[in-house]
Amino acid sequence: MLAPRFLTDIPNETGPLGRWQAGHDMLLTIRSLTKSFPGTKALDGVDFDLAAGEVHALLGENGAGKSTLIKCLTGAYRRDAGEMRLEGRAISPSSTSEAQELGIGTVYQEVNLLPNLTVAQNLTFGREPRRFGLVNGRLQKLQAQEMVQGYGLNIDVGRDLSTYSVAIQQIIAIARAVALSGKVLILDEPTASLDAAEVRMLFDVVRGLRDRGLGIVFVSHFLDQVFDLTDRLTVLRNGQHVVTERTTDVDRLQLIHHMLGRDLETVETPGHTEAGDVVQRPEMLRFSGIGRAGVVDPFDLTVHKGEVIGLAGLLGSGRTESAELLFGLRRAQTGEARDANGPVAIDTPQAAIAAGFGFAPEDRKTDGIVADLSVRENIILALQAKRGWARPLPRAEQDRLAADYIKRLDIRTPDAEKAIGDLSGGNQQKVVLARWLAMNPRFLILDEPTRGIDVGAHAEILKLIDRLTEDGMAVLVISSELDELVVAADRIIVVRDRRHVTELTGAAVTTDTIMQAIAAEDTPPLREGVL
Amino acid sequence: MKRALRRVAPQLMTLIVLAALVSWFFPSFLQIDLSDGRLVGPVIDIVKRGAPVAILAVGMTLVVATGGIDLSVGTVMAITGAVAASALVSGWGVPVALLLACGAGLTAGVWNGALVAVLGIQPIVATLILMTAGRGIAQLITEGRILTFSDTGFAFLGSGSLMGIPVPALLWVLTGVLVALLMRRTALGLLVESVGINQRASALAGVNARGLIIVVYMASGLCAALAGIIATADIRGADANNAGLWLELDAILAVVIGGNSLLGGRFSIAASVLGAMIIQTIDTGILLAGFPSEYNLVIKAVLVLAILMIQSPHLASEWALIRMQIARRRAARGQEG
Repeated sequence: MLAPRFLTDIPNETGPLGRWQAGHDMLLTIRSLTKSFPGTKALDGVDFDLAAGEVHALLGENGAGKSTLIKCLTGAYRRDAGEMRLEGRAISPSSTSEAQELGIGTVYQEVNLLPNLTVAQNLTFGREPRRFGLVNGRLQKLQAQEMVQGYGLNIDVGRDLSTYSVAIQQIIAIARAVALSGKVLILDEPTASLDAAEVRMLFDVVRGLRDRGLGIVFVSHFLDQVFDLTDRLTVLRNGQHVVTERTTDVDRLQLIHHMLGRDLETVETPGHTEAGDVVQRPEMLRFSGIGRAGVVDPFDLTVHKGEVIGLAGLLGSGRTESAELLFGLRRAQTGEARDANGPVAIDTPQAAIAAGFGFAPEDRKTDGIVADLSVRENIILALQAKRGWARPLPRAEQDRLAADYIKRLDIRTPDAEKAIGDLSGGNQQKVVLARWLAMNPRFLILDEPTRGIDVGAHAEILKLIDRLTEDGMAVLVISSELDELVVAADRIIVVRDRRHVTELTGAAVTTDTIMQAIAAEDTPPLREGVL
Repeated sequence: MKRALRRVAPQLMTLIVLAALVSWFFPSFLQIDLSDGRLVGPVIDIVKRGAPVAILAVGMTLVVATGGIDLSVGTVMAITGAVAASALVSGWGVPVALLLACGAGLTAGVWNGALVAVLGIQPIVATLILMTAGRGIAQLITEGRILTFSDTGFAFLGSGSLMGIPVPALLWVLTGVLVALLMRRTALGLLVESVGINQRASALAGVNARGLIIVVYMASGLCAALAGIIATADIRGADANNAGLWLELDAILAVVIGGNSLLGGRFSIAASVLGAMIIQTIDTGILLAGFPSEYNLVIKAVLVLAILMIQSPHLASEWALIRMQIARRRAARGQEG
């Protein structure tokens, strides 16, 4: 590959690691950054440093605070408290364009350029070379050509951006961001839709920019890429800073510890399920070979009455997708579900609900609550949908159900007629749970049931799961909080790289073993025979 | 009942203010006389002439509640009118004409609903297709002529009276009441609102969002058929070029004046129908007040703007703030005294 020209153009005085090793002279410093949303504290006193000439990974699960941090930095959000300094000067950008002018450019997973303009038009957009007030097309092309050649690209800048691959579009987006801003470059999941060769091409560009003295923030959930590319890494969890270390000083297992939970020393031993307990419970459902190309490899799952199954894995591992396949939210291409009475249709949510399934999704706001409807209406929604439109649930019955669940789940609301959107996150989650409990399902899937809710509600929901199974309901819990899974689940299935890789039961269920399974590089896939 | 009244209070207030305003220019505005067993007067004229838009607004309310919009209702009126007229001209009788017209309206609804719910085309674009093509279809049915008929039974639907009240007025009231009852006495209303607020969450809770969306466009098509029948019966002829022209915009305006959000969600059919009456009162009132006809559209625009400004959520919060400040000042003054 052609060596990017800027590698040779600019003398490399300090070396890639040189400047920040000294421990001062930071390009960007963030201190005690705090940002709250109604019901949650997205960032709670977070510190972050970025040196010139380093690639710094920003890591954490969903809801850890990565994107809030970036949005504060790029001016999309105003911070509540804390300070941000760029080259020693305090900054508080109020818009993305202001952040760009300050020197902070961002490139997102979805290329934020204009696909139906040419590469040259995209690169010079907003500051086109002009002659007599009109755009000088020839000069525009020349400028753009020079820019892309600097990145080792040999492409026709007169063609529409959309005619090039996503990788090249990413590089063009980077080129534009660097030209506009030029101090800090934030890459937010830039590799999510690239193949291996394209990732290498992109990384060459990023390394070149690093050596040129830019500070680069790299957000990704691909740990291999983090180890491959970055100099330092910072982990956030639940809105708090966990650790900042040199990438070479951390190994994969430690990193997953940082991201998912407590330190090794403090891991509790589970004391609830004896090994062998699971087999004694009667079998209720058997999924075999459920899968969809590009989503999750085919997997088997046997569900017993009254058990809690945990699904563990990193963000993007296929854990949520597995649940979506089981509930018919995505149609499985292969496999089938059976119970004692024969095959069970699960190709739409309606079919899955008819089969006695329930699903409380991870993203409450977009997939769970119907914000403008009242607490009562949200609770009875699934029940009403199952009865059909022609058989309305009598109002007295609705009021009784709502009052009952508000009491049983301790939902904090002034009354049942309050719009659910006005409640706090934990109470919204309880309402979504109540919606499914009112259906009395036999198999309930809970995706991150304790995400973004306060500690008190957290414990209540775990207790609730325990109570439900006493009545024979089977529960599948997906969570990135491993200690929570260890406490709640009878057995745990580990998902990695869109495959169900291991199952842990009985005494083998500890945060330690789960983390090792998640971190393992190569385990033969789990299929028939083990379950 | 109390809650329903509170919901339509702004629309009722607007109607009262408008009536007072028109009465000021035209003192006999509220006068109703009995002549030949029929009630006559400006108000009667308004409830009769406002019928097509009021009926369109009923269907449009449901479509808007799902977060959609139906631009095709005006041309669907032209199509259904043409279907009914050509059935009458062919001598198939009134029942067949009515059935065919309603069938045409439902077909149009299925078409729109399928484009939106199955193919996922944006409602404004999906219904624009039929809005553009519809007049052509109507012209094909009438073969480019204005089809006239003399069937008095059919004409009764547009110009007849029952117990002194014009039949079109009875029809829109009946449509409004029936649809409102259907929505609120079954679970349809809740499910439609739920889909309009959050389609994904609703589908995940087992609501048949796709089916509901097709149904609301079918309801809108059926309402357009009824409006088309009334318009055709009123003039005893089908005019493919002018029947229902621009009425889709009045129907959307009626829904908006009724305080329903174009983003979908909570809806009130009563408020939309009152919105239609507000529009008709403005139209008729301007004529009665004796302004030169070239002023009509401008005055209408100003009045509509005023009504929408009063309803504006942004201004509402401003007003709440002003009211609070006044109250605070008063309290402070009270303490001083």
